[in-house]
Amino acid sequence: MGLISNGTTIFDAGAIDSGIAKGAMTFISKATASSSATINFTSGINSTYKEYVFIFNNIHPATDNASFYVGFRDGDTDYDAVKTSTSFRTFHNEAGGTTTLAYTTGDDLVQSAAFLKLSLGGVGADADQCTSGSLTLFNPSSTTFVKHFIASSNMAAQDDYSLQGFVSGYCNTTAAIDGVQFKMNSGNIDAGTICLYGIA
Amino acid sequence: MTVISNGTNLINNGTLDSGIPTGAMTLIKTLTASSSATLDFLNGTSNVVFDGTYKEYVFKFYNIHPATNGADFTFQADTGTNTNYNIAMTTTYIRAAHGEDDSGDSLTYDTGRDQAEGTGFLQVISGIGNDADGNGNGTLHIFSPSSSTFVKHFIIRSCTSYEDSIARDMFIAGYFNTTTALTRVRFKMSSGNIDSGIIKMYGIK
Repeated sequence: MGLISNGTTIFDAGAIDSGIAKGAMTFISKATASSSATINFTSGINSTYKEYVFIFNNIHPATDNASFYVGFRDGDTDYDAVKTSTSFRTFHNEAGGTTTLAYTTGDDLVQSAAFLKLSLGGVGADADQCTSGSLTLFNPSSTTFVKHFIASSNMAAQDDYSLQGFVSGYCNTTAAIDGVQFKMNSGNIDAGTICLYGIA
Repeated sequence: MTVISNGTNLINNGTLDSGIPTGAMTLIKTLTASSSATLDFLNGTSNVVFDGTYKEYVFKFYNIHPATNGADFTFQADTGTNTNYNIAMTTTYIRAAHGEDDSGDSLTYDTGRDQAEGTGFLQVISGIGNDADGNGNGTLHIFSPSSSTFVKHFIIRSCTSYEDSIARDMFIAGYFNTTTALTRVRFKMSSGNIDSGIIKMYGIK
């Protein structure tokens, strides 16, 4: 059943009509960690949107000094899409006096199927420590182009630093990316949420 | 017809009532390149709004693919009905890079890609490879372009497979050094056409 107001279709076929102004950022799904080895997004990543944004919030590791990682699935069950990436960070310790801005060789990847480090240091496991940030994946369903991504995050590091990380690169494949997995490099994700959005 | 629920207007005069939350980011216009020399967003043309309606405008670039290998994806703006696209700007440009052969991992301020009161087109995505799978992506924010008091700031973050074999992460920012309202934005490659790609324009309430 449609709903028409003043000659304009508002609802039709179970959805808001495409002509009605809506927000361009659409919530797709949310995952909540609870001593989770991995958090997987196995659906909702397709050609519906040209851009997908993962907002990770208050990711708290079970293991002190663990880092937060991501992998991309490109057609089978493994999150092993080959990536080349860049990584740089800036940090400042709580005691003051130590700051840096530097490229972090060793956190980047070269044509590697390994998981990609998003938090460019070890996240603290104190009760109040965590990392938060976002990961953007561009047009993952393309079968023509490599798949670019950008991420930025901040963390309360295990040695009491505020550390901001910037990561970017591409999955060097023309296969569609249809799944994303997050995990720590050591231990579980004790707590935290990850929300997936599509940008219309 | 008006739809009222529990005393609250939901729908009136053919639209959702202004009191109903619909999200703060509104898609204004989508342009798709097809061997395009330029892609223009002109206030008041083809449903484009680029005025005081929003305080922030966001342009998103998807799979920008150049006809010419290594060409830069660039932009400029103009005022009124002018079509020179030569507003003076002062900008910064930093980038991280890392080659597929593990070479060139670096974080650099690139003095060759910024502008100091320059009127040329500014690089948004540098050196995009034009192999079949090469492309560039990113986001440009322009703040309060209609202000008649302030200069007009913008920030960009973009990424590409630089000349097909180097991951490059670019951070660009600056301002159009004018107090005249901007009314239009143009995108083009530094050389050759935009072979393909999509630009979406949004307004942020």
